[in-house]
Amino acid sequence: MASVLFDPLAAIGRMVLGACRTAGSVALFALEAISHLVRPPFYGRLFWAAFLEVAWFSLPVVALTAVFTGMVLALQSYTGFARFNAQSAIASVVVISLVRELGPVLAALMVAGRIGASFAAVIGTMRVTDQIDALTTLSTNPMKYLVAPRLLAATLAMPLLVLVADILGVMGGWLIGTLKLGFVSAAYLKSTFDFLETDDVVSGLVKAAVFGFIIALMGTWCGYNSKGGAQGVGGATTSAVVASSILILALDYVLTEIFFAQ
Amino acid sequence: MSEPTPKIRMRGVRKSFGGKVVLDGVDLDVAAGQGLVILGGSGSGKSVTIKCILGLIEPDEGVIEIDGVDVLKLPRREREALGDRIGMLFQNGALFDSLPVWENVCFKLLAQGRITRAKARDKAAEVLAQVGLAATVGDLSPAELSGGMQKRVGLARAIAAQPDIIFFDEPTTGLDPIMGAVIDGLIVDCVQKLGATAVSITHDMASARRIGTTAAMIYHGRIVWTGPAESLGRSGNAMVDQFANGQRDGPIQMELRK
Repeated sequence: MASVLFDPLAAIGRMVLGACRTAGSVALFALEAISHLVRPPFYGRLFWAAFLEVAWFSLPVVALTAVFTGMVLALQSYTGFARFNAQSAIASVVVISLVRELGPVLAALMVAGRIGASFAAVIGTMRVTDQIDALTTLSTNPMKYLVAPRLLAATLAMPLLVLVADILGVMGGWLIGTLKLGFVSAAYLKSTFDFLETDDVVSGLVKAAVFGFIIALMGTWCGYNSKGGAQGVGGATTSAVVASSILILALDYVLTEIFFAQ
Repeated sequence: MSEPTPKIRMRGVRKSFGGKVVLDGVDLDVAAGQGLVILGGSGSGKSVTIKCILGLIEPDEGVIEIDGVDVLKLPRREREALGDRIGMLFQNGALFDSLPVWENVCFKLLAQGRITRAKARDKAAEVLAQVGLAATVGDLSPAELSGGMQKRVGLARAIAAQPDIIFFDEPTTGLDPIMGAVIDGLIVDCVQKLGATAVSITHDMASARRIGTTAAMIYHGRIVWTGPAESLGRSGNAMVDQFANGQRDGPIQMELRK
């Protein structure tokens, strides 16, 4: 009788303890990586390679996502707003939605799928093939060499990527607005910039930097702690993408609350 | 007259993973310039033993000394500095596949700032020549190399910084007998030229006799025998002789599930 009552509680307790252990492990991992960012030696070449990987090679997928999102947003807004004769608000809705929310979140989700998975796979493969142990025996701290440059690169590259995504998303909305919905180009653009405030852009870029950090952190942490050969690396890759996607959505709410709650 | 300080000294080293005891009080001395081969079945704790010495795994208890210094009590930075004097050839080579061979070979020298990138290629060519590889191999990626070549590059990387202790993890695994003998010959040559202390782990008895001056047998997490490597197979110790001669019956019982 007692076991029927306590078994589910024990399972919940184990789950909570496991979650706390994981959160603690990720936090310590992040702190150690950050501490390496301020202590030499610095690996500029590795930082630059990771920066290019995030900022330049992710650009096509992020750009396509942004353009189509802007286009769909304009169309959907028109369909809804036409019922209230509020079509003139479309430009401002598109730009504010993109800059505050959709630009950073969708870009981050795309980058999580591409870069988070890539970081986890590369570092995970290095773990299971003893390359990380080899780094240690070659007088190189793996956290400093593998993790710190990637964290810094993703944190700095994401805002740039999101800035481009914002511009392309607005351009997508403008294309639909002028070519399909009959807006005058100058009026659409004026409406776009009239309603856009500096806080909107800054909050989006801060979100992007936080999301970039989370993507790199989860990718490197999952890879660094992978074990068990190819299956372990596959599991690490999946975990990196799932964990960073969930954290991006959760942190998006938290950051929005902080920026716009008043 | 007191005995000379061993290059490596382990006393009562224990390590468990979860509930599984892997090292159960390892006691081991390796004299300077000695070539020690550690033998033992799969899962007996050979790799964990050398990973503890290398600092890749932290033992639960015990003492590990290098040149009389207890490395487990050293501050992290000093322990990392100690690693500068150690080289390691991993079982699968563990070459960095994102870097060309020349950069793999000179990785430690570059990491320590002992050489510039401009000079590293020439240095890599020089070390590659010591392991019988042409300078042109330096421009290849590790993925383009055969298993034997990867072992040679791994050996070149291990000796490039002229360490005074070198570890070899299964140096002939996955190689044909001739290539195995070639790698063993290179190991012996390189270790002799450097005057280094070598610790190897292997299942290959022919290799053990070629590269070792002394052998130690680990069983159930303890060193159960040490003696001359040339006596393997006729040591008088039933466990060692069973293992060295590959006999099914004897004191070592394989844990097989039925």
